[in-house]
Amino acid sequence: MTDVAISVRDVVRDYRRPRTSLTKPGSVVHALRGVSFDVARGQRFGIVGESGCGKSTLLRIIAGLDQPTSGSVQVGGVEISRLPERRLRFLRAQLQLVFQDPMGSLDPRMRVRDIIAEPLVAQGHRDNIGRVHELLDAVGLQPEAADRFPHQFSGGQRQRISIARALAPDPRILVADEPVSALDVSVRAQVLNLLDELVQRLSLTLVFVSHDLSVVRHVCDTVAVMSRGEIVEMGPIGDVYDTPAHPYSRQLVAAAPRLQAALAGRTAAVLAAETLAARALSSNASSRNAVSRNAADSDSKPTPPTPEQTTPPPKDAP
Amino acid sequence: MSRLSRGAEAVMPPPGRRSRAGVEATLLVGGGIVAAITVLALVSLVWTPYDVGEINATERLATSSARHWLGTDKFGRDVVSLLMVGSRTTLLVGLVSVGVAAVIGVPLGILAAMVPKWWGEVLMRANDLLLAFPALLLAIMLTAVHGQGVVTAMIAIGISSIPSFARVVRSGAIGVMKTEYVVAARAAGRRPIAIALRHVLPNVGSLVIVQASVSFAIAVLAEAALSYLGLGAPPGTPSWGRMLQEGQELLFVAPRLEVFPGVAIALAVLGFNLLGDGLRDHFDPRLEDRR
Amino acid sequence: MTAAPEHTAYPVGGMPPTRTPADTPPPADVARVRDLAVTVGHKPLLIDVDLTVRRGERVGLIGESGSGKSLTALAIMGLLPEDLAPTGSVVVTGQGPGGIARMTSVLEAGEHGLAAMRGRDVAMVFQEPMTALNPTMRVGAQVAEVMTIHRTVADRGAAARRAVELLDKVGLPDAAEAARAYPHQLSGGQRQRVVVAMALANDPALLICDEPTTALDVTVQALVLDLIVRGVEARDAGLLFITHDLAVVASVCERVLVMYGGRVVEAGPVLDVFTRPRHRYTRGLIGASDLDLSRPEGGLYTIQGSVPAAGRFPAGCVFRNRCTHATVECEAVPPWVGSGPEEGFACAHPVVHHEGGGS
Repeated sequence: MTDVAISVRDVVRDYRRPRTSLTKPGSVVHALRGVSFDVARGQRFGIVGESGCGKSTLLRIIAGLDQPTSGSVQVGGVEISRLPERRLRFLRAQLQLVFQDPMGSLDPRMRVRDIIAEPLVAQGHRDNIGRVHELLDAVGLQPEAADRFPHQFSGGQRQRISIARALAPDPRILVADEPVSALDVSVRAQVLNLLDELVQRLSLTLVFVSHDLSVVRHVCDTVAVMSRGEIVEMGPIGDVYDTPAHPYSRQLVAAAPRLQAALAGRTAAVLAAETLAARALSSNASSRNAVSRNAADSDSKPTPPTPEQTTPPPKDAP
Repeated sequence: MSRLSRGAEAVMPPPGRRSRAGVEATLLVGGGIVAAITVLALVSLVWTPYDVGEINATERLATSSARHWLGTDKFGRDVVSLLMVGSRTTLLVGLVSVGVAAVIGVPLGILAAMVPKWWGEVLMRANDLLLAFPALLLAIMLTAVHGQGVVTAMIAIGISSIPSFARVVRSGAIGVMKTEYVVAARAAGRRPIAIALRHVLPNVGSLVIVQASVSFAIAVLAEAALSYLGLGAPPGTPSWGRMLQEGQELLFVAPRLEVFPGVAIALAVLGFNLLGDGLRDHFDPRLEDRR
Repeated sequence: MTAAPEHTAYPVGGMPPTRTPADTPPPADVARVRDLAVTVGHKPLLIDVDLTVRRGERVGLIGESGSGKSLTALAIMGLLPEDLAPTGSVVVTGQGPGGIARMTSVLEAGEHGLAAMRGRDVAMVFQEPMTALNPTMRVGAQVAEVMTIHRTVADRGAAARRAVELLDKVGLPDAAEAARAYPHQLSGGQRQRVVVAMALANDPALLICDEPTTALDVTVQALVLDLIVRGVEARDAGLLFITHDLAVVASVCERVLVMYGGRVVEAGPVLDVFTRPRHRYTRGLIGASDLDLSRPEGGLYTIQGSVPAAGRFPAGCVFRNRCTHATVECEAVPPWVGSGPEEGFACAHPVVHHEGGGS
């Protein structure tokens, strides 16, 4: 058993957009521009980035649901990046996903017991009701839930069902794609506690993707900050959050509203000013190399400005 | 899902949703009509008030009376008996052609949605070719080869109904393929066939039922047109469609000969539509109870 | 599950107070909601909601799914779906033509009166900018249309010019070019800026925002929040800001109301409510949203149980089936304790704060 659960090297993913003209091919979208990192066994690895940074694409590639254009992905020591679907069965037993949308990720026409048992059925197991009840109990739901349909549950309960499904084949790695972003605050706390307890109890490796740095800070021990298809900073969560080195990380930290700070006078105006200041720093920075706090390799292409970044500060009130 | 929509959904049930009671009513009415027609058809196999094979010259074009409740047609045949026997042909043609169209069209649509994009496009263009081919021409071709008959009509109508099923199912299936629960199924290790059967098919089921109701109505009227042109059921075999066409020439003399088969067709179409709607909603697990 | 800790040591500070120079009359109410109740069938969705927003005030409405906060906003706009039956009084006061105050009693007004009010006296910014904008119209035209409908400009040409001005003021680069763009050609943040421009185009007396930045990236959120605040400040308009995010409310608003189960459970100045919450739900909410606070046994603070389905909240205190301090007393609706609808709470066993320590 290797110490490294997931190993990603120089992964590139390009998409071609549909043609808009008859003569020229569609433009190329560089969703991932050479991403490299390792996730050790038992680690809680966070990936933070805003929309369009490529984190969802990266997740799909790690989960074997998409192929990279180039680069290598190894899960449990086995290279998965060029394998056809039928050779990926072993991956499905080891690595499972929890999705963001609690309603969309459950088939509305299936009963909960069939939803949870699906990964087991896919592997050929027949009589799964015992395991389903065990899983429902582990996520804090009543056994009666097995006979119901997804729409009869609240968002938080549906996420629990999603988690139960992910745990069904007893995976070693849990990959969560914004699992609490669509949930209310009080529900979020419950689901985060549940995830924490399960990851601990089952000694899972966790990859947690979010746009919310404070959630990642609570959940993870290591974080990679992504922007425009690249990892711009990576390291222990405390370091990255308290002293962000890369300008984009600084922007993320600056822009997040925090309750205590807001009560102390950090108004919307201050929030905006700090965000713009961090952004100005990033455009002025002479060196925009990716920052990493350990020895892992990383590419160092400069981050091109996003459409939002070219918005000049408004001169006066609208 | 945005918070607003989620919050709104928790507080306001989506408008237009029918209650369970409404669904059961629809199912009952629709099912009742269809059952009544089926019973009529079955009974006609063993008994009709009058023999529709006989021509009764003395009682031609009689109006409603105690003997003939709905009168007689230009051959003196009792209209009630004609309607009963005709229901057989109508039901047969409607159900079989829709069945043929669905059995071929639905898998075609799902296939076109699940194969790589280019293949899907090729399949759809083939589908379009079929769509462009009128049922009439198909029926003429088949009749030329196999001779006139109800079977020929059913196959011709069935084949020309395939494209609508394939199109509708394909667009629905594409939507289903994009959902996160299908991604979750792939992540769980399900093979494409299993995904097609377990996720795609149930979730396009409601589309199929609705399309079937529509195609049934079209099939019945298509049968009428074919009969009129001498391409469907042989001249002696009554069908509602044929009655409709024969009644045309006597519209101002005996309008009832047009009205009765017309009402029968309309009733049948209504019954199947209601049945279809009722079944679609009955199987939808998301229907809430409104107190 | 335990509730949030009693003792919290937040630094003192706060938002600047509403500007009221001594010699001007007290600010007028732009929205006055009293005893608003909404039911669908027999299910109560909103009960006894009282709310006031004045010119120049920034009021937050905090709540989770099922709390009724979005319904309240829709009620003020007169946009409730048809099968919902509202009772009570909702009065919106704006500036009609000629500068004379125009009051609209929303629950009684006909569609004509409401159409005159919406977009002119009160405007709304929703969460999803893509669905708020017409995908087949250029954005400049959409901003201009808001003005021509309400005849706040002389003619179409003036509307078009003013639209470009507004787009520039909301921070769209190269506004003239941007005005000719279609919504799908803009990013999410840019679209939301367009929506804000449309909302502020006719200088409304009240701006209602329902989760306007939840769908945006956090860096964009900071800028759009600032945009909204400056926009209402420049017009001395009232702001009703609806969200579930406590930190956002604290950054933007001066006063806040907390809703749960269709009722207002607590209200007051932001600093007071967030540092010394009285209602048990408010306290639970603040605890649960604090990701840095852990229970002694580990894990975040949570509110036990889950939000009941719409209309299925318990009789009496709506929170009592999840409250660790509920008693028999809570089976009756707790009376409002406070100086008025803007400051107070409805709890039979409120949190007690002592100076320098908890209870």
